[in-house]
Amino acid sequence: MISLYLPGQSWLHRCSVRLKLVVLAIASVLILPVSDLVLLGAALAVVLSLYVSLGSGGLRQLKALKPLTSLLVIIFFLHGITGNWHEGFVAVLRLVVMVLLANLVSVTTRMDDMMEAVLPLFSPLRLFGMSQKKPALAVTLVLRFAPVLLSVYASLREAFQARSGRRTSWRLMAPFLLQSLIMSENVAEALSARGGAAGLGGNAKL
Amino acid sequence: MNDRSLVQIAFYAALIAALGLLPKVAIPLMGGVPITAQTLGIMLAGVMLGPIRGALAVLLFLFLLALGAPILAGGRGGLGVFVSPSVGFLISWPIGAFVAGFIMNKTPGMSVLPAAAIAAAVGGVGVVYLFGIPGVALMADLPLAKAAIGSAVYIPGDLIKVAITAVVAQTVARGLPRALMSRA
Repeated sequence: MISLYLPGQSWLHRCSVRLKLVVLAIASVLILPVSDLVLLGAALAVVLSLYVSLGSGGLRQLKALKPLTSLLVIIFFLHGITGNWHEGFVAVLRLVVMVLLANLVSVTTRMDDMMEAVLPLFSPLRLFGMSQKKPALAVTLVLRFAPVLLSVYASLREAFQARSGRRTSWRLMAPFLLQSLIMSENVAEALSARGGAAGLGGNAKL
Repeated sequence: MNDRSLVQIAFYAALIAALGLLPKVAIPLMGGVPITAQTLGIMLAGVMLGPIRGALAVLLFLFLLALGAPILAGGRGGLGVFVSPSVGFLISWPIGAFVAGFIMNKTPGMSVLPAAAIAAAVGGVGVVYLFGIPGVALMADLPLAKAAIGSAVYIPGDLIKVAITAVVAQTVARGLPRALMSRA
């Protein structure tokens, strides 16, 4: 499965993950109430220079904004309807700054490292007699399931297209779910047969 | 939590991700508004798994999203989506799945089709907009009424997803009854 991570050696890549997360949280809380155009413009300049500091390919990561474009335009016009174009511009600018800043952390942190950094958050699970490694196992299962589900759907879709001529239909949803559910039950049995998730305690390696 | 529950939770989290990646034509378009199947996954998770496991499946999906997997419809992901205008919808999803599962749990006498339709409509549409619209209003600095207008274009698509959820839940209940864990 693909991730947002941009391989690199910049100072932000080497920064501690927890530090990045804490700074991001503080910065987001501070930026949310700001509606001064100059301050937001300055914040945008800082964020953009951070992207530049990632080295080659850094600025290309601004593509994170692309899927948001239509939403931002709608927000701008919803403000504008009542003549508050300035307010609309401020709202959109603030969103751009906050999204780009948060995205910066995702772009410079590997998923494994992020997982490692937040794993202690799951230690209260031990109070319920559960290993804190269970979430990690669940994440691994999801990452393995997702492409398999897509391929199950793709083969159903091909069969449907060959018979009907149409590309896809909502009618594929039920057979898709049935087929993939049966597959998932096999996975659960295989997991139990190998000792199960309960065997994850102690020093068991994932 | 036994192995089967764990695998089922991971399965529905993956299903929500996969439904976001499917081509948009998977669901009929209404008035040119692109509809993704992602909230179909939220409804199915609640209806099929029940309240606790359904909510956990959605939380697991959100956790992967925060870790940096681009699994939100349109290839979005990472921490950025949690400060975007859609954050209210993201927060509503586990609650919506919980409510949908709760309704399935509390209506054991009702046949699956109507029960799933009510559960998906209340949990997957009602709860989702209850949190989603204030989220848009807060993040985009809009009054609630305007945020509601901006979100309303998606409601027809959501109603189609309610219907699909009900039909799919009934089909699975017949073909693989033990998979309907909310009624087990």
